[in-house]
Amino acid sequence: MTVPTAMAVPLRLIPIPAIERATRLVFSHVMARHPGLFDRLGEHAAKRYGFIPSDLPVGFLVEPAKTRISVHRKPNLPATDASVTGGFVLLLGLLEGRLDGDAVFFSRDLTVTGDMEAMLALRNALDDCNIDLPSDIGSLAGPFAPLIGRAAAEIRSRVLPREAGQWN
Amino acid sequence: MTVTTLPSLSLGPVLYLWDGPKWRDFYFRIADEAPIAHVFIGETVCSKRLHFIEPHVGEVVERLEQAGKSVSLSSLALVTLERESQLVRALARDSAHPVEANDLSALGLLAGKPHAIGPLINVYNGATARLLASRGATSICLPPELPMTSVREIVRDAPGVAFEIFAFGRVPLAISARCAHARSKGLVKDNCQFICGDDPDGLVVETLDRQPFLVLNGVQTVSHTCQALIQELPELADAGISRIRLSPQDCDMVSVARAFDDAIAGRSAPADAIARLQEAYPGTRLSNGFHYAQQGAAWIAGHAST
Amino acid sequence: MELICPAGTPAAFREAVDAGADAVYCGFRDETNARNFPGLNFSRDELKAAIAYARQHGAMTFVAINTFMRAGREKLWHEAVDDAVRLGADAVILADFGLMAYTAERYPDQRLHVSVQASAANADAVNFLVETFRAKRVVLPRILTIPDIARLAKQIRCEIEVFVFGGLCVMAEGRCSLSSYATGKSPNMNGICSPASHVRYREDGRELVSELGDYTINRFPAGEAAGYPTLCKGRFNVADERGYAFEDPVSLDVMDHVDLLREAGVSALKIEGRQRGKAYVAEVVSVMRRAVAANAAERPALISRLRLLSEGQRTTSGAYEKRWR
Repeated sequence: MTVPTAMAVPLRLIPIPAIERATRLVFSHVMARHPGLFDRLGEHAAKRYGFIPSDLPVGFLVEPAKTRISVHRKPNLPATDASVTGGFVLLLGLLEGRLDGDAVFFSRDLTVTGDMEAMLALRNALDDCNIDLPSDIGSLAGPFAPLIGRAAAEIRSRVLPREAGQWN
Repeated sequence: MTVTTLPSLSLGPVLYLWDGPKWRDFYFRIADEAPIAHVFIGETVCSKRLHFIEPHVGEVVERLEQAGKSVSLSSLALVTLERESQLVRALARDSAHPVEANDLSALGLLAGKPHAIGPLINVYNGATARLLASRGATSICLPPELPMTSVREIVRDAPGVAFEIFAFGRVPLAISARCAHARSKGLVKDNCQFICGDDPDGLVVETLDRQPFLVLNGVQTVSHTCQALIQELPELADAGISRIRLSPQDCDMVSVARAFDDAIAGRSAPADAIARLQEAYPGTRLSNGFHYAQQGAAWIAGHAST
Repeated sequence: MELICPAGTPAAFREAVDAGADAVYCGFRDETNARNFPGLNFSRDELKAAIAYARQHGAMTFVAINTFMRAGREKLWHEAVDDAVRLGADAVILADFGLMAYTAERYPDQRLHVSVQASAANADAVNFLVETFRAKRVVLPRILTIPDIARLAKQIRCEIEVFVFGGLCVMAEGRCSLSSYATGKSPNMNGICSPASHVRYREDGRELVSELGDYTINRFPAGEAAGYPTLCKGRFNVADERGYAFEDPVSLDVMDHVDLLREAGVSALKIEGRQRGKAYVAEVVSVMRRAVAANAAERPALISRLRLLSEGQRTTSGAYEKRWR
């Protein structure tokens, strides 16, 4: 379940500032609709989180305390406290709280490195937020819109039924 | 300068399955040679093992009392079967000696009688200690995982109770309805063939990287490291701890008791006492991390000498 | 029989209520509850809103304050009880005797449930808690067989709640210091077992190694699903045998025995999983709701649906069946 090459390739051609503008638009929309999102992080809000789609040429850095997201082209990714690598679709599933991390989070579909506690806090915070990307970003346009729309549909149809496993 | 009464030594029950004669001879030697004031005896881990020691309990109690030691009987830690409930009821009702409660049923049954509280009862604060004291508990051995900060608070908060600290031995960490020890040898609990008797000091569990980690003792899991609160004795005495508990391992426990006795009385320096423990229990790794609110397996060196 | 469902977040709480929970249990966001995981649990305001939501939909709210009060910091636990009572919790779930005494004395009308962490495993133990603290219900440790439970029910004067689905402690609950020994963080004192703060994953050749503190808990060959390094579910060497020394990474499922549990005198069935996501909670609760109400003919289909949620994951009826021992 990876992003089709036809979608991933154009991202290599788009300049980072353009991708970043679009990403920030999505991010600020989500934050506006879920203002309490980062409250649950407590001490972990000050940490730097990396989201690295294994099937895209870019990585995302989220800094909750600064309410900031930035985009970086591989392999020049900045240092993070905790980062998660996996298919873009899975990462969006995580964002939407549709994945019970216990299964996917600690399985080999995603690779988590660094501060496990911070990443777990973020997962739990996201789970409480009912983020629903298609409705949250509404009619937003930009290079991600079709990607996100397709990915969200994919999550609903394929990821959720597999969601399983247990922790503790 | 504060004047403190020096703590006395107590000996917890043998946690492992030793055959009857070995068990008896161990206590005979304790009676004859060890500077220990209080002795707790009885099978606490597995009710299936009881018949190994039963024939010898009478003579052991007699010998210990003749040597001037106070004797208490310890109850089972995990009571789920009707037969086990009956055993605890009979012990609470009939014992001529004080009983040490190791589960909640004993706690309920002993109400109104003077009794002891064992280290497997969860006493984490003064309120709990006071409640137990109001029901007849005269001594409480605190849970081994308690840090010193909590120990100090609890002792201060519950005057009139003799508090005891688990100062030597592999630390009881968990107990289960399932027997990992039997399981490791391809057996199940109901037909265990008393296989845990093959390992009088427990069976080591190593990580996949060959690091010794835990030790199986029938349905109980104990630490691989041996708790040794010996540098900490002055601090414990100062906090008002009355008794220092030694938990029997398959080693020279008389030497262990003497090392603690000398350390308590100030006749030997901490470093010397530690060396004597290592000689008495060769090959063991010592730990004291729980005392410092760190991982229990840790060894924090040189605290008392600073 | 009541269905008692977990919630680690307000979103999961609403899902549990909507899916048909009779009661939802949750805890405050601190060391007073036994699922003190990062990013989880409830503020006072969140609990207030959750209780109101539950009431509107005819569900109850149980507040777990089920760790042991730290000496010198008792106020944190006292306030947790004060606030749970003030906000209208239908029951508080407690483990510490000192806290039970406080609650029974201050709030004689507050319904008090005995947490699984209190380790009340037999009739004398339960009766001690009923007599001393007027406990109305006991959550039994996952170490008893169904015949044990039936026998117990006849000898005690309070309701029985048992775990039927979800995570499984191999060790007697409330009496385990394994995590504390390896990491310094304890279920009894800190409300946390095998804490994420001490978890590391590393690659070693083709193997993925999971570590907790200084210890290797498991090694997963290429292609094998990895798991969280919960101590008692790790792979170890015992006398040169390599394997799961305590328990395989399985979860508990005793739905096949629902009728037996009912006949044994059980009042409430509990689902483990306050650390699980809201999607999982919604699905498990709704299927369980139907499975409990279903007749024996309909139930197998529902139970197999429930098992889909544990796909790739083995389940066990644990101590409820004697052969587990």
